[in-house]
Amino acid sequence: MAVVTCTGCSLLCDDIEAAVTNEKLSHIKNLCRKGHGHFQAVFSERTVPMVNGQKVSMDEAISRAAEILKSAKNPLLYGWSNCTLEAQAAGIRLAEKLGATIDDTSSFCQGILMERILDGRIPTCTLDDVRNYADTSIFWGADPSNSHPRHLSRFSYYPRGEKRQKSYEEERTCIAVDVRHSATAEICGNYYFRVPPGGDADFMEAVLAVLEGKIPRVADKKKMIELGSILKKTEYGVIFPGLGMIYSMQDKMDLFERLMARLNEITAFKAVPMVGHYNMRGFNELLREKTGFINSVSFRGGKPSHGPEQSVIAAAKSCDAALVIGSDPLSALPFATAKALAGVPLIAIDPRRSLATDAAAVTIPSAISGLEAGGTAVRMDGVRVKFEPFLKTDLPTDEQILTGIMEAI
Amino acid sequence: MVSAMEVYMLLPKTNCKKCGLATCMAFAVGLLGREKKIDECTPLIEEKKYEAKLKKLREIMAPIENASETGLIIHPEKCFGCGNCVVACPVNVAADPTRCGIGLGPQSDKVILKVEDGVVVCNNLKECRRFGPNKILCNACTATCPSKAIEFV
Repeated sequence: MAVVTCTGCSLLCDDIEAAVTNEKLSHIKNLCRKGHGHFQAVFSERTVPMVNGQKVSMDEAISRAAEILKSAKNPLLYGWSNCTLEAQAAGIRLAEKLGATIDDTSSFCQGILMERILDGRIPTCTLDDVRNYADTSIFWGADPSNSHPRHLSRFSYYPRGEKRQKSYEEERTCIAVDVRHSATAEICGNYYFRVPPGGDADFMEAVLAVLEGKIPRVADKKKMIELGSILKKTEYGVIFPGLGMIYSMQDKMDLFERLMARLNEITAFKAVPMVGHYNMRGFNELLREKTGFINSVSFRGGKPSHGPEQSVIAAAKSCDAALVIGSDPLSALPFATAKALAGVPLIAIDPRRSLATDAAAVTIPSAISGLEAGGTAVRMDGVRVKFEPFLKTDLPTDEQILTGIMEAI
Repeated sequence: MVSAMEVYMLLPKTNCKKCGLATCMAFAVGLLGREKKIDECTPLIEEKKYEAKLKKLREIMAPIENASETGLIIHPEKCFGCGNCVVACPVNVAADPTRCGIGLGPQSDKVILKVEDGVVVCNNLKECRRFGPNKILCNACTATCPSKAIEFV
Protein backbone atom coordinates (compact mmCIF):
# COMPACT_ATOMS: atom_id res chain seq x y z
CA MET A 1 0.00 0.00 0.00
CA ALA A 2 1.37 3.37 -1.01
CA VAL A 3 0.23 6.57 0.72
CA VAL A 4 -0.70 9.02 -2.02
CA THR A 5 -2.23 12.48 -2.48
CA CYS A 6 -5.46 12.95 -4.37
CA THR A 7 -5.59 15.84 -6.84
CA GLY A 8 -9.30 15.50 -7.50
CA CYS A 9 -10.21 18.71 -5.67
CA SER A 10 -8.50 21.45 -3.69
CA LEU A 11 -8.62 19.56 -0.39
CA LEU A 12 -5.56 17.58 -1.56
CA CYS A 13 -6.29 14.64 0.79
CA ASP A 14 -2.94 13.08 1.61
CA ASP A 15 -4.08 10.02 3.57
CA ILE A 16 -5.17 7.95 0.57
CA GLU A 17 -3.85 4.38 0.55
CA ALA A 18 -3.58 2.80 -2.87
CA ALA A 19 -2.48 -0.71 -3.77
CA VAL A 20 -0.81 -0.99 -7.16
CA THR A 21 -0.47 -4.42 -8.74
CA ASN A 22 0.89 -4.85 -12.28
CA GLU A 23 0.81 -1.08 -12.84
CA LYS A 24 -2.93 -1.07 -12.12
CA LEU A 25 -4.84 0.34 -9.20
CA SER A 26 -6.38 -2.62 -7.43
CA HIS A 27 -7.63 -1.27 -4.13
CA ILE A 28 -7.92 2.29 -2.80
CA LYS A 29 -8.79 3.24 0.75
CA ASN A 30 -10.13 6.52 2.19
CA LEU A 31 -10.73 8.03 -1.23
CA CYS A 32 -14.12 9.71 -1.76
CA ARG A 33 -16.32 8.99 -4.74
CA LYS A 34 -15.15 12.10 -6.60
CA GLY A 35 -11.49 11.20 -6.05
CA HIS A 36 -12.20 7.62 -7.07
CA GLY A 37 -13.54 8.88 -10.39
CA HIS A 38 -10.44 11.04 -10.78
CA PHE A 39 -8.15 8.05 -10.19
CA GLN A 40 -10.08 5.86 -12.62
CA ALA A 41 -9.57 8.53 -15.29
CA VAL A 42 -6.06 7.16 -15.80
CA PHE A 43 -7.47 4.19 -17.65
CA SER A 44 -9.87 5.76 -20.14
CA GLU A 45 -9.86 8.22 -23.05
CA ARG A 46 -6.18 9.12 -22.86
CA THR A 47 -4.88 11.43 -25.54
CA VAL A 48 -2.10 10.83 -28.07
CA PRO A 49 0.15 13.45 -29.74
CA MET A 50 -1.75 14.87 -32.72
CA VAL A 51 -1.28 17.64 -35.24
CA ASN A 52 -4.37 18.60 -37.31
CA GLY A 53 -6.01 15.27 -36.56
CA GLN A 54 -2.96 13.17 -37.59
CA LYS A 55 -1.02 11.10 -35.08
CA VAL A 56 2.57 12.31 -34.78
CA SER A 57 5.52 11.83 -32.44
CA MET A 58 5.83 13.78 -29.23
CA ASP A 59 8.74 15.91 -30.52
CA GLU A 60 6.87 16.85 -33.70
CA ALA A 61 3.83 17.95 -31.69
CA ILE A 62 5.97 20.08 -29.38
CA SER A 63 7.86 21.74 -32.24
CA ARG A 64 4.58 22.45 -34.11
CA ALA A 65 3.18 24.01 -30.91
CA ALA A 66 6.30 26.17 -30.62
CA GLU A 67 5.88 27.30 -34.26
CA ILE A 68 2.26 28.33 -33.68
CA LEU A 69 3.12 30.31 -30.55
CA LYS A 70 6.16 31.92 -32.14
CA SER A 71 4.28 33.15 -35.18
CA ALA A 72 1.35 34.46 -33.14
CA LYS A 73 1.23 38.18 -32.40
CA ASN A 74 -1.09 37.98 -29.43
CA PRO A 75 -1.17 34.48 -27.95
CA LEU A 76 -3.27 33.47 -24.93
CA LEU A 77 -2.12 30.91 -22.35
CA TYR A 78 -5.10 29.66 -20.41
CA GLY A 79 -5.98 26.99 -17.85
CA TRP A 80 -3.35 26.29 -15.19
CA SER A 81 -5.68 25.38 -12.34
CA ASN A 82 -5.00 21.66 -12.69
CA CYS A 83 -1.20 21.96 -12.96
CA THR A 84 1.51 21.74 -10.36
CA LEU A 85 3.27 24.87 -9.12
CA GLU A 86 6.35 23.88 -11.14
CA ALA A 87 4.35 23.75 -14.39
CA GLN A 88 2.65 27.06 -13.56
CA ALA A 89 6.02 28.72 -12.99
CA ALA A 90 7.21 27.43 -16.36
CA GLY A 91 3.99 28.74 -17.90
CA ILE A 92 4.51 32.22 -16.48
CA ARG A 93 8.10 32.22 -17.84
CA LEU A 94 6.75 31.18 -21.24
CA ALA A 95 4.17 33.99 -21.17
CA GLU A 96 6.88 36.51 -20.34
CA LYS A 97 9.08 35.28 -23.16
CA LEU A 98 6.23 35.37 -25.68
CA GLY A 99 4.73 38.63 -24.42
CA ALA A 100 1.51 36.65 -24.14
CA THR A 101 -1.68 37.03 -22.15
CA ILE A 102 -1.92 34.53 -19.30
CA ASP A 103 -5.08 33.75 -17.35
CA ASP A 104 -6.49 30.97 -15.25
CA THR A 105 -9.94 29.74 -14.32
CA SER A 106 -10.12 32.11 -11.33
CA SER A 107 -10.93 35.09 -13.55
CA PHE A 108 -14.54 33.91 -13.83
CA CYS A 109 -14.46 31.82 -10.66
CA GLN A 110 -13.13 32.66 -7.18
CA GLY A 111 -10.78 35.44 -8.41
CA ILE A 112 -12.57 38.45 -6.89
CA LEU A 113 -12.58 36.81 -3.47
CA MET A 114 -9.07 35.33 -3.75
CA GLU A 115 -7.69 38.80 -4.57
CA ARG A 116 -9.11 40.18 -1.31
CA ILE A 117 -7.85 37.24 0.70
CA LEU A 118 -4.30 37.36 -0.70
CA ASP A 119 -4.23 41.15 -0.15
CA GLY A 120 -5.19 40.56 3.48
CA ARG A 121 -8.41 42.56 3.19
CA ILE A 122 -10.45 39.56 4.33
CA PRO A 123 -9.01 37.54 7.24
CA THR A 124 -8.35 33.88 6.51
CA CYS A 125 -6.99 30.81 8.29
CA THR A 126 -5.87 27.30 7.44
CA LEU A 127 -8.18 24.31 7.44
CA ASP A 128 -6.21 22.86 10.34
CA ASP A 129 -7.17 25.94 12.37
CA VAL A 130 -10.76 25.27 11.38
CA ARG A 131 -10.50 21.74 12.74
CA ASN A 132 -8.77 22.79 15.94
CA TYR A 133 -10.67 25.95 16.90
CA ALA A 134 -13.75 26.66 14.81
CA ASP A 135 -17.15 26.32 16.41
CA THR A 136 -19.27 27.81 13.64
CA SER A 137 -18.89 26.89 9.96
CA ILE A 138 -21.00 28.67 7.37
CA PHE A 139 -21.26 27.19 3.87
CA TRP A 140 -22.42 30.08 1.73
CA GLY A 141 -23.38 29.19 -1.81
CA ALA A 142 -21.34 26.03 -1.50
CA ASP A 143 -22.26 22.36 -1.28
CA PRO A 144 -19.10 20.62 -0.07
CA SER A 145 -20.87 17.26 0.24
CA ASN A 146 -20.85 17.19 -3.55
CA SER A 147 -17.94 19.46 -4.51
CA HIS A 148 -15.42 18.58 -1.75
CA PRO A 149 -16.89 15.41 -0.21
CA ARG A 150 -14.40 15.11 2.64
CA HIS A 151 -14.54 18.78 3.69
CA LEU A 152 -16.95 18.23 6.57
CA SER A 153 -15.40 15.00 7.77
CA ARG A 154 -11.79 16.13 7.61
CA PHE A 155 -12.01 19.76 8.72
CA SER A 156 -15.17 21.71 9.18
CA TYR A 157 -17.74 19.75 11.17
CA TYR A 158 -17.12 16.17 12.31
CA PRO A 159 -13.47 15.82 13.43
CA ARG A 160 -12.36 16.49 16.99
CA GLY A 161 -9.78 19.25 17.29
CA GLU A 162 -7.47 20.65 19.94
CA LYS A 163 -10.11 23.01 21.39
CA ARG A 164 -13.11 21.13 20.04
CA GLN A 165 -13.02 17.71 21.66
CA LYS A 166 -16.79 17.31 21.61
CA SER A 167 -16.97 18.34 17.98
CA TYR A 168 -20.25 18.16 16.10
CA GLU A 169 -22.18 16.58 18.94
CA GLU A 170 -21.99 19.62 21.21
CA GLU A 171 -19.49 22.26 20.17
CA ARG A 172 -19.80 22.86 16.46
CA THR A 173 -22.61 24.48 14.49
CA CYS A 174 -22.84 24.13 10.76
CA ILE A 175 -24.92 26.60 8.76
CA ALA A 176 -25.83 26.44 5.07
CA VAL A 177 -26.91 29.44 3.00
CA ASP A 178 -27.97 28.27 -0.43
CA VAL A 179 -30.57 28.65 -3.14
CA ARG A 180 -31.48 24.98 -2.95
CA HIS A 181 -31.77 22.34 -0.26
CA SER A 182 -28.42 20.73 -1.01
CA ALA A 183 -26.92 17.62 0.56
CA THR A 184 -24.94 19.85 2.92
CA ALA A 185 -28.12 21.73 3.90
CA GLU A 186 -29.60 18.34 4.76
CA ILE A 187 -26.81 17.88 7.32
CA CYS A 188 -27.25 21.42 8.68
CA GLY A 189 -30.90 20.67 9.49
CA ASN A 190 -32.57 23.70 11.05
CA TYR A 191 -29.66 25.96 10.22
CA TYR A 192 -30.38 26.01 6.53
CA PHE A 193 -31.20 29.47 5.16
CA ARG A 194 -32.75 29.61 1.74
CA VAL A 195 -31.92 32.65 -0.39
CA PRO A 196 -33.52 33.39 -3.76
CA PRO A 197 -31.10 33.32 -6.73
CA GLY A 198 -29.16 36.57 -6.64
CA GLY A 199 -30.41 37.31 -3.13
CA ASP A 200 -27.09 36.91 -1.30
CA ALA A 201 -26.48 40.66 -1.01
CA ASP A 202 -29.90 41.19 0.59
CA PHE A 203 -29.22 38.32 2.97
CA MET A 204 -25.89 39.93 3.90
CA GLU A 205 -27.66 43.23 4.61
CA ALA A 206 -30.09 41.31 6.79
CA VAL A 207 -27.24 39.70 8.75
CA LEU A 208 -25.62 43.11 9.23
CA ALA A 209 -28.95 44.53 10.45
CA VAL A 210 -29.41 41.68 12.92
CA LEU A 211 -25.89 42.21 14.25
CA GLU A 212 -26.78 45.87 14.88
CA GLY A 213 -29.89 44.79 16.77
CA LYS A 214 -32.28 45.97 14.07
CA ILE A 215 -35.16 43.99 12.62
CA PRO A 216 -34.04 42.47 9.28
CA ARG A 217 -36.11 42.98 6.15
CA VAL A 218 -36.53 39.31 5.21
CA ALA A 219 -39.38 36.84 5.36
CA ASP A 220 -38.35 34.81 8.40
CA LYS A 221 -37.33 37.42 10.98
CA LYS A 222 -37.31 35.01 13.92
CA LYS A 223 -34.83 32.69 12.24
CA MET A 224 -32.58 35.60 11.24
CA ILE A 225 -32.51 36.86 14.84
CA GLU A 226 -31.57 33.33 15.92
CA LEU A 227 -28.75 33.39 13.36
CA GLY A 228 -27.60 36.72 14.75
CA SER A 229 -27.39 35.33 18.26
CA ILE A 230 -25.43 32.26 17.04
CA LEU A 231 -22.94 34.56 15.29
CA LYS A 232 -22.56 36.73 18.38
CA LYS A 233 -21.94 33.71 20.63
CA THR A 234 -19.36 32.23 18.24
CA GLU A 235 -15.80 32.01 19.52
CA TYR A 236 -14.12 31.24 16.20
CA GLY A 237 -16.22 31.28 13.09
CA VAL A 238 -15.37 30.44 9.51
CA ILE A 239 -17.29 31.31 6.36
CA PHE A 240 -16.76 29.11 3.30
CA PRO A 241 -17.92 31.17 0.30
CA GLY A 242 -18.64 29.03 -2.73
CA LEU A 243 -19.26 29.87 -6.35
CA GLY A 244 -22.95 30.47 -5.63
CA MET A 245 -22.10 33.45 -3.47
CA ILE A 246 -19.36 34.78 -5.77
CA TYR A 247 -21.58 34.74 -8.87
CA SER A 248 -24.44 36.34 -6.98
CA MET A 249 -22.28 39.12 -5.45
CA GLN A 250 -19.92 40.01 -8.35
CA ASP A 251 -19.25 43.78 -8.02
CA LYS A 252 -20.89 43.91 -4.59
CA MET A 253 -18.02 42.04 -2.94
CA ASP A 254 -17.30 45.11 -0.77
CA LEU A 255 -20.44 44.23 1.14
CA PHE A 256 -18.93 40.87 2.07
CA GLU A 257 -15.79 42.68 3.15
CA ARG A 258 -17.94 44.91 5.35
CA LEU A 259 -19.73 41.91 6.84
CA MET A 260 -16.40 40.23 7.67
CA ALA A 261 -15.11 43.46 9.27
CA ARG A 262 -18.29 43.79 11.35
CA LEU A 263 -18.15 40.15 12.46
CA ASN A 264 -14.51 40.57 13.44
CA GLU A 265 -15.45 43.47 15.70
CA ILE A 266 -17.56 41.01 17.67
CA THR A 267 -15.49 37.84 17.51
CA ALA A 268 -12.88 36.07 15.36
CA PHE A 269 -14.32 35.31 11.93
CA LYS A 270 -12.36 33.99 8.94
CA ALA A 271 -13.11 33.14 5.32
CA VAL A 272 -11.71 30.20 3.36
CA PRO A 273 -12.69 30.17 -0.34
CA MET A 274 -14.13 26.89 -1.64
CA VAL A 275 -11.67 26.59 -4.51
CA GLY A 276 -12.66 23.95 -7.05
CA HIS A 277 -9.58 22.97 -9.05
CA TYR A 278 -6.75 21.53 -7.03
CA ASN A 279 -4.16 24.25 -7.63
CA MET A 280 -6.04 27.40 -8.60
CA ARG A 281 -4.79 29.19 -5.50
CA GLY A 282 -1.23 28.16 -6.38
CA PHE A 283 -1.43 29.97 -9.71
CA ASN A 284 -2.92 33.06 -8.06
CA GLU A 285 -0.12 33.15 -5.48
CA LEU A 286 2.65 32.58 -8.06
CA LEU A 287 1.43 35.25 -10.45
CA ARG A 288 0.85 37.70 -7.60
CA GLU A 289 4.43 37.18 -6.43
CA LYS A 290 5.71 37.83 -9.94
CA THR A 291 3.46 40.66 -11.15
CA GLY A 292 1.28 41.85 -8.28
CA PHE A 293 -1.91 40.61 -9.96
CA ILE A 294 -3.56 37.26 -9.31
CA ASN A 295 -4.90 36.56 -12.82
CA SER A 296 -5.61 38.08 -16.25
CA VAL A 297 -2.12 39.43 -16.94
CA SER A 298 -0.73 40.46 -20.30
CA PHE A 299 3.03 40.62 -20.82
CA ARG A 300 2.61 42.48 -24.13
CA GLY A 301 5.29 45.11 -24.54
CA GLY A 302 7.43 43.53 -21.81
CA LYS A 303 5.49 44.98 -18.89
CA PRO A 304 2.74 43.11 -17.06
CA SER A 305 -0.66 44.76 -17.37
CA HIS A 306 -3.86 43.65 -15.72
CA GLY A 307 -7.52 44.30 -16.29
CA PRO A 308 -10.79 42.84 -17.50
CA GLU A 309 -9.57 43.23 -21.09
CA GLN A 310 -6.80 40.70 -20.32
CA SER A 311 -9.20 38.12 -18.87
CA VAL A 312 -9.95 34.98 -20.84
CA ILE A 313 -13.45 36.20 -21.75
CA ALA A 314 -12.05 39.22 -23.60
CA ALA A 315 -8.70 37.75 -24.68
CA ALA A 316 -10.36 34.74 -26.33
CA LYS A 317 -11.87 37.13 -28.88
CA SER A 318 -8.69 39.14 -29.52
CA CYS A 319 -6.01 36.41 -29.47
CA ASP A 320 -4.62 34.77 -32.62
CA ALA A 321 -3.41 31.53 -30.99
CA ALA A 322 -4.09 29.86 -27.69
CA LEU A 323 -2.47 27.30 -25.45
CA VAL A 324 -4.86 25.47 -23.16
CA ILE A 325 -3.56 23.42 -20.25
CA GLY A 326 -5.19 21.85 -17.21
CA SER A 327 -8.67 23.00 -18.10
CA ASP A 328 -11.30 22.54 -20.78
CA PRO A 329 -12.47 26.06 -21.70
CA LEU A 330 -14.60 24.86 -24.59
CA SER A 331 -16.96 23.03 -22.26
CA ALA A 332 -16.67 25.36 -19.26
CA LEU A 333 -16.74 28.87 -20.71
CA PRO A 334 -19.75 30.75 -22.13
CA PHE A 335 -20.65 29.74 -25.67
CA ALA A 336 -19.49 32.95 -27.39
CA THR A 337 -16.06 32.73 -25.70
CA ALA A 338 -15.73 29.02 -26.44
CA LYS A 339 -16.68 29.61 -30.08
CA ALA A 340 -14.09 32.38 -30.44
CA LEU A 341 -11.45 30.18 -28.83
CA ALA A 342 -12.27 27.21 -31.06
CA GLY A 343 -11.70 29.45 -34.11
CA VAL A 344 -8.01 30.18 -33.44
CA PRO A 345 -5.13 27.67 -33.71
CA LEU A 346 -5.45 25.84 -30.42
CA ILE A 347 -2.74 23.90 -28.57
CA ALA A 348 -4.22 21.57 -25.94
CA ILE A 349 -2.05 19.94 -23.30
CA ASP A 350 -4.29 17.46 -21.56
CA PRO A 351 -3.88 13.91 -20.30
CA ARG A 352 -7.44 13.05 -21.29
CA ARG A 353 -9.76 13.69 -24.20
CA SER A 354 -11.91 16.82 -23.89
CA LEU A 355 -13.73 19.24 -26.20
CA ALA A 356 -10.55 21.33 -26.30
CA THR A 357 -8.37 18.41 -27.44
CA ASP A 358 -11.00 17.53 -30.08
CA ALA A 359 -10.93 21.05 -31.52
CA ALA A 360 -7.18 21.59 -31.11
CA ALA A 361 -4.66 21.96 -33.94
CA VAL A 362 -2.02 20.38 -31.70
CA THR A 363 -2.79 17.93 -28.91
CA ILE A 364 -0.02 17.03 -26.48
CA PRO A 365 -0.70 14.29 -23.91
CA SER A 366 0.79 14.73 -20.46
CA ALA A 367 1.13 12.67 -17.30
CA ILE A 368 -1.69 13.13 -14.78
CA SER A 369 -0.22 15.10 -11.90
CA GLY A 370 -0.64 13.47 -8.53
CA LEU A 371 -0.88 10.01 -10.08
CA GLU A 372 1.83 9.84 -12.73
CA ALA A 373 3.73 13.05 -12.03
CA GLY A 374 4.90 14.57 -8.77
CA GLY A 375 5.04 18.20 -7.76
CA THR A 376 3.73 20.77 -5.33
CA ALA A 377 0.27 22.28 -5.07
CA VAL A 378 -1.46 24.83 -2.84
CA ARG A 379 -4.53 23.70 -0.95
CA MET A 380 -7.61 25.96 -0.82
CA ASP A 381 -6.38 27.49 2.46
CA GLY A 382 -2.85 28.27 1.26
CA VAL A 383 -1.00 25.24 2.67
CA ARG A 384 1.57 23.79 0.28
CA VAL A 385 1.30 20.04 -0.29
CA LYS A 386 4.08 18.09 -1.97
CA PHE A 387 3.29 14.80 -3.66
CA GLU A 388 5.09 11.98 -5.43
CA PRO A 389 3.90 9.94 -8.41
CA PHE A 390 2.93 6.30 -7.80
CA LEU A 391 2.06 5.08 -11.29
CA LYS A 392 4.75 4.72 -13.95
CA THR A 393 4.35 6.37 -17.32
CA ASP A 394 6.43 7.32 -20.37
CA LEU A 395 4.53 10.58 -20.82
CA PRO A 396 6.28 13.85 -19.99
CA THR A 397 4.93 16.08 -17.21
CA ASP A 398 3.28 19.45 -17.92
CA GLU A 399 6.47 21.17 -16.80
CA GLN A 400 8.66 19.15 -19.19
CA ILE A 401 6.33 19.88 -22.12
CA LEU A 402 6.33 23.63 -21.40
CA THR A 403 10.12 23.68 -21.02
CA GLY A 404 10.35 21.79 -24.34
CA ILE A 405 8.15 24.38 -26.07
CA MET A 406 10.19 27.20 -24.56
CA GLU A 407 13.46 25.67 -25.77
CA ALA A 408 12.03 25.18 -29.27
CA ILE A 409 11.05 28.86 -29.38
CA MET B 1 -38.12 2.14 4.90
CA VAL B 2 -41.19 -0.10 5.38
CA SER B 3 -43.47 0.77 8.28
CA ALA B 4 -45.19 -1.69 10.63
CA MET B 5 -48.56 -0.53 9.30
CA GLU B 6 -47.62 -1.42 5.73
CA VAL B 7 -46.61 -4.90 6.86
CA TYR B 8 -49.78 -5.25 8.93
CA MET B 9 -51.95 -4.48 5.92
CA LEU B 10 -50.46 -7.53 4.17
CA LEU B 11 -51.15 -9.93 7.06
CA PRO B 12 -54.43 -11.88 7.52
CA LYS B 13 -55.56 -9.46 10.30
CA THR B 14 -57.49 -12.27 12.07
CA ASN B 15 -55.45 -12.25 15.31
CA CYS B 16 -55.47 -16.09 15.23
CA LYS B 17 -52.47 -16.25 17.62
CA LYS B 18 -50.96 -19.22 15.72
CA CYS B 19 -47.61 -17.42 15.56
CA GLY B 20 -47.53 -17.19 19.35
CA LEU B 21 -48.25 -13.47 19.47
CA ALA B 22 -51.51 -11.88 20.58
CA THR B 23 -52.22 -9.79 17.47
CA CYS B 24 -51.25 -9.49 13.83
CA MET B 25 -49.94 -5.99 14.59
CA ALA B 26 -47.55 -7.48 17.13
CA PHE B 27 -46.42 -9.97 14.49
CA ALA B 28 -45.80 -7.11 12.02
CA VAL B 29 -43.58 -5.37 14.56
CA GLY B 30 -41.84 -8.70 15.22
CA LEU B 31 -41.17 -9.11 11.49
CA LEU B 32 -39.60 -5.66 11.26
CA GLY B 33 -37.54 -6.32 14.37
CA ARG B 34 -36.43 -9.58 12.79
CA GLU B 35 -37.55 -11.62 15.78
CA LYS B 36 -40.18 -13.41 13.63
CA LYS B 37 -40.09 -15.00 10.18
CA ILE B 38 -42.82 -14.75 7.54
CA ASP B 39 -43.14 -18.55 7.58
CA GLU B 40 -44.34 -18.45 11.18
CA CYS B 41 -47.65 -17.00 10.03
CA THR B 42 -49.15 -20.34 8.95
CA PRO B 43 -52.52 -19.08 7.61
CA LEU B 44 -50.72 -16.71 5.26
CA ILE B 45 -48.66 -19.57 3.84
CA GLU B 46 -51.38 -22.23 3.73
CA GLU B 47 -54.53 -20.42 2.64
CA LYS B 48 -54.84 -19.69 -1.04
CA LYS B 49 -56.71 -16.38 -0.70
CA TYR B 50 -53.61 -14.75 0.85
CA GLU B 51 -51.34 -15.70 -2.04
CA ALA B 52 -51.12 -12.20 -3.52
CA LYS B 53 -50.51 -10.65 -0.10
CA LEU B 54 -47.77 -13.18 0.68
CA LYS B 55 -46.00 -12.37 -2.58
CA LYS B 56 -46.13 -8.64 -1.87
CA LEU B 57 -44.97 -9.17 1.71
CA ARG B 58 -41.95 -11.21 0.63
CA GLU B 59 -41.14 -8.47 -1.88
CA ILE B 60 -41.11 -5.62 0.64
CA MET B 61 -39.37 -7.69 3.31
CA ALA B 62 -36.52 -8.82 1.02
CA PRO B 63 -34.14 -5.89 1.74
CA ILE B 64 -34.76 -6.19 5.47
CA GLU B 65 -33.94 -9.89 5.52
CA ASN B 66 -30.69 -9.19 3.71
CA ALA B 67 -29.64 -6.55 6.26
CA SER B 68 -26.69 -7.21 8.52
CA GLU B 69 -27.03 -8.42 12.12
CA THR B 70 -27.45 -4.91 13.48
CA GLY B 71 -29.98 -3.98 10.83
CA LEU B 72 -27.47 -1.80 8.99
CA ILE B 73 -28.13 -1.39 5.28
CA ILE B 74 -25.65 0.41 3.01
CA HIS B 75 -26.75 1.63 -0.41
CA PRO B 76 -23.40 1.93 -2.24
CA GLU B 77 -25.05 3.58 -5.25
CA LYS B 78 -26.06 6.56 -3.08
CA CYS B 79 -22.78 6.91 -1.12
CA PHE B 80 -20.53 9.98 -1.77
CA GLY B 81 -17.60 8.41 0.08
CA CYS B 82 -17.41 11.59 2.19
CA GLY B 83 -16.43 9.67 5.32
CA ASN B 84 -18.76 11.60 7.65
CA CYS B 85 -19.95 8.32 9.17
CA VAL B 86 -16.37 7.04 9.48
CA VAL B 87 -15.39 10.08 11.55
CA ALA B 88 -18.65 10.32 13.50
CA CYS B 89 -18.96 6.65 14.55
CA PRO B 90 -18.00 6.45 18.26
CA VAL B 91 -16.66 2.91 17.91
CA ASN B 92 -14.42 3.98 15.01
CA VAL B 93 -13.03 6.86 17.05
CA ALA B 94 -12.37 4.59 20.04
CA ALA B 95 -10.61 2.07 17.79
CA ASP B 96 -8.43 4.62 15.97
CA PRO B 97 -8.44 7.89 17.96
CA THR B 98 -5.34 9.43 16.39
CA ARG B 99 -6.71 9.18 12.85
CA CYS B 100 -10.52 8.79 12.88
CA GLY B 101 -10.70 11.26 15.74
CA ILE B 102 -9.21 14.07 13.68
CA GLY B 103 -10.84 13.25 10.38
CA LEU B 104 -8.21 11.11 8.68
CA GLY B 105 -8.99 7.71 7.17
CA PRO B 106 -8.61 4.84 9.66
CA GLN B 107 -5.66 2.45 9.62
CA SER B 108 -6.80 0.14 12.40
CA ASP B 109 -8.56 -3.12 11.48
CA LYS B 110 -10.97 -2.80 14.39
CA VAL B 111 -13.06 -0.01 12.89
CA ILE B 112 -16.61 -0.71 11.73
CA LEU B 113 -16.99 1.73 8.85
CA LYS B 114 -14.35 2.68 6.31
CA VAL B 115 -14.27 4.05 2.79
CA GLU B 116 -12.93 1.69 0.15
CA ASP B 117 -12.90 2.29 -3.61
CA GLY B 118 -14.99 5.43 -3.21
CA VAL B 119 -17.83 4.01 -1.11
CA VAL B 120 -18.35 3.07 2.53
CA VAL B 121 -18.10 -0.58 3.63
CA CYS B 122 -18.72 -2.12 7.05
CA ASN B 123 -16.74 -4.73 8.97
CA ASN B 124 -16.61 -5.92 12.60
CA LEU B 125 -20.35 -5.40 13.02
CA LYS B 126 -20.18 -7.12 16.41
CA GLU B 127 -18.51 -3.98 17.76
CA CYS B 128 -21.49 -1.78 16.77
CA ARG B 129 -23.35 -0.29 19.70
CA ARG B 130 -26.59 -1.62 18.21
CA PHE B 131 -25.39 -5.24 18.53
CA GLY B 132 -26.01 -7.71 21.34
CA PRO B 133 -28.23 -7.75 24.39
CA ASN B 134 -27.05 -4.37 25.76
CA LYS B 135 -27.63 -2.53 22.50
CA ILE B 136 -28.44 1.16 22.39
CA LEU B 137 -30.06 2.93 19.46
CA CYS B 138 -27.00 4.86 18.28
CA ASN B 139 -27.58 6.69 14.98
CA ALA B 140 -24.28 8.53 14.44
CA CYS B 141 -23.76 7.05 10.97
CA THR B 142 -27.28 7.58 9.63
CA ALA B 143 -27.75 11.08 11.04
CA THR B 144 -24.50 12.33 9.48
CA CYS B 145 -25.05 10.90 6.01
CA PRO B 146 -25.78 13.62 3.44
CA SER B 147 -27.25 11.20 0.90
CA LYS B 148 -29.13 8.73 3.14
CA ALA B 149 -26.89 5.92 1.95
CA ILE B 150 -26.95 4.24 5.38
CA GLU B 151 -30.17 3.03 6.98
CA PHE B 152 -31.20 0.92 9.92
CA VAL B 153 -34.09 -1.49 9.74
